[in-house]
Amino acid sequence: MSSFWSAWIIVLTLAFLVFIIWLLRWNMSNYTGIKEGELMDHDFDNIVEINNPLPRWWMILFWVTIVWGFFYLALFPGLGSFQGLLGWSSSNQNVRSLEQSREATQERLDAGLIVQYDREMRAAEAEYGPVFEALSQRPIPELAKDEEAVEIGQRLFLQNCAQCHGSNAMGGKGFPNLTDDAWLYGGSPEAIKTTLLEGRRGQMPAFSGQFNDQEITELATYVLSLSGRKVDPELASAGKQKFAVCSACHGADGKGNQQLGAPNLTDNIWLYGGSQAAIEETLQNGRQGVMPAWENILGEDKIHVISAYVYGLSNE
Amino acid sequence: MSQISPQQIEYNLKVVRQFTIATVIWGLIGMALGTWIAAQLVWPELNFDIPWLTYSRLRPLHTNSVIFAFGTSALMGTSFYIVQKTCRTKLFSDKLAAFVFWSWQTVIVLAVITLPLGFTSSKEYAELEWPIDILIALSWIAYLIVFFGTLVKRRTSHIYVANWFYGSFIIVVAILHIVNSMSVPVSFTKSYSIYAGAIDAMVQWWYGHNAVGFLLTAGFLGMMYYFVPKQAERPVYSYRLSVVHFWALIGLYIWAGPHHLHYTALPDWTQSLGMVMSVILFVPSWGGMINGIMTLSGAWYKLKTDPILRFLIVSLSFYGMSTFEGPMMSIKSVNAISHYTDWTIGHVHSGALGWVAMITIGAMYYLIPRLWGQTQMHNVRWINIHFWLHTIGVVLYIVALWISGVMQGLMWRAVNAEDGTLTYSFVESVQASYPFWFIRFVGGLFIVAGMLLMIWNMYRTISAGKPTRETIDAAPREAATQSA
Repeated sequence: MSSFWSAWIIVLTLAFLVFIIWLLRWNMSNYTGIKEGELMDHDFDNIVEINNPLPRWWMILFWVTIVWGFFYLALFPGLGSFQGLLGWSSSNQNVRSLEQSREATQERLDAGLIVQYDREMRAAEAEYGPVFEALSQRPIPELAKDEEAVEIGQRLFLQNCAQCHGSNAMGGKGFPNLTDDAWLYGGSPEAIKTTLLEGRRGQMPAFSGQFNDQEITELATYVLSLSGRKVDPELASAGKQKFAVCSACHGADGKGNQQLGAPNLTDNIWLYGGSQAAIEETLQNGRQGVMPAWENILGEDKIHVISAYVYGLSNE
Repeated sequence: MSQISPQQIEYNLKVVRQFTIATVIWGLIGMALGTWIAAQLVWPELNFDIPWLTYSRLRPLHTNSVIFAFGTSALMGTSFYIVQKTCRTKLFSDKLAAFVFWSWQTVIVLAVITLPLGFTSSKEYAELEWPIDILIALSWIAYLIVFFGTLVKRRTSHIYVANWFYGSFIIVVAILHIVNSMSVPVSFTKSYSIYAGAIDAMVQWWYGHNAVGFLLTAGFLGMMYYFVPKQAERPVYSYRLSVVHFWALIGLYIWAGPHHLHYTALPDWTQSLGMVMSVILFVPSWGGMINGIMTLSGAWYKLKTDPILRFLIVSLSFYGMSTFEGPMMSIKSVNAISHYTDWTIGHVHSGALGWVAMITIGAMYYLIPRLWGQTQMHNVRWINIHFWLHTIGVVLYIVALWISGVMQGLMWRAVNAEDGTLTYSFVESVQASYPFWFIRFVGGLFIVAGMLLMIWNMYRTISAGKPTRETIDAAPREAATQSA
């Protein structure tokens, strides 16, 4: 804030509070020329007003709040760029990155100033960090059998993951079901943890440029036949001939590739719907799946616990 | 007109009658819409999978219809009545007054059409798109000219306090609306705010909170200052109290908006200033309540027999309650629990249904017989039934949302002592809220039932009477006797 705007705010605020004080003092005196308790000398549609003094308790309350206001503005930021005597701030303002935020926090804390958000976060970290650190030392399959650890993992899941994967972890269109045995990127403890730490990007390219509508229909029909659906055999065999393009990722047998996150097409589990129309849409327009990376948000220890919860869902 | 001698002038009561009927009808519609969306929260199927019946589109229609259709029609109608009676003159211009009525009703009808269709600027309480915003501005400036023109033509030496409040409300709402609605149109039905980021948020809540402060508070205090002393037939308690609380209230309100943005990207200094002014604001807000309720001193017994006075006085109690609650909720550490919860919605409704609606309903029951040449409403007992239906409805509503609001606030911040994880997921707090949302819906049913009774009572009263004609002597303005 430039010093002009800072001065502007300070002058305006103080002048206004002085006005309020003047207003109150002015009306504490009887300037009306009429004795207190008697009627004012005007009448509006038969409404008259009594010249009663301000109620005492109300006046006192007014003074108390005004005085409190001055104290608050002395202690906390409020008067322009004056930081307040307590050196309090809610968070680091004007930072553009996580790194800048960390630097700013450290600077302020070193200077003995209070950054409320960072204080609270650090206090929580100091108290609960060791709990998660201890949990992260134990292997995921073991944690998955520890009821208490699973409950902690579940709460973290409900706060952070349920928005996409659902409270019951059974997913929805575009968001994988985590309770079955089908894994896009692998269901081993390590694979799950990597997915959570680093995120994943599922890329199914669009084929509308390469195949015409008839060919797309044929391909979709063949894909449906892979999971044992009853289809038109002629269309399916026509589709099979073009499947070579798909097999680069999904494999010649259509069983997918967890290295690439290419789904298994033979298990009758469909991330974007298993109807003829849905598969044709997938082929036409492609699909982009995004699993965000959580390492910077939750930290590795908590992710370890969530991984155990997710692992336990399909490994009783 | 032939009966009127040249020494006499006739009040314009026609526009007041029009606004009175509009107020009651829009009140019923707005409150019924609110009850419907309250039901949608309990039974989401009630949107019938039709886009324009979804909660997201009906909710702005509900807020617009109660604030701008019901509330503002009431303010425009009563201000035109009061400014004439207390200034002993007729309106500045009958044609312009008619324009105010018809243009304002057009705005509302356009809102009823465009909001369900999904046209929105996405600014709360300012959702209407730019062509309607322009019509609002024109209508409002016409309103301002009629009101202040009438004040200028007054035959009284002083200006009555009710008119100070109406005047401040009219000026500030004009400024708020024009500044907040500044936008860049990209088509006839879509525009984008000219402000960006935190500034946009601040302008929006400077507007939003002062819509509450000037439209729903100052305007209705103007209404209170006329109808309470009239119905109680008592003098206003303290002239000097009205001077302090008027200037302090309008001065402080303007600063209070940032308390809607605590713990956000808004700079700390702005949040603090908004909080300090909001807390001080508590005292002048109560000045209005004291002046209203103390006006009844010496006439308390009238509450036993007069249901209109009950509406007016109970509205002041709700006013006092919500103007205590508001400053309390503006304190950051209280706000940390209350913000984003049902508590806020409960608070707004104790103001809207308790204060605004009850003072308006009382004022309408006062006005309707007087505007149609009757001495009282068709059925006074029904007013009393309406009073109880409404009071029960409001109490059910706000108590339910207090409980669910505090519960939500506590659930969201509950932390397990052993591991620091949050105890509840968001959806668990939604599930826990259902019983209270049901009670809120039942409260709404009571309120709508009362409004139905009112509309029938109004219909019977009007059909039994005929429009009142009221004249006064065209005397010159009285001289001021005091300097005050």
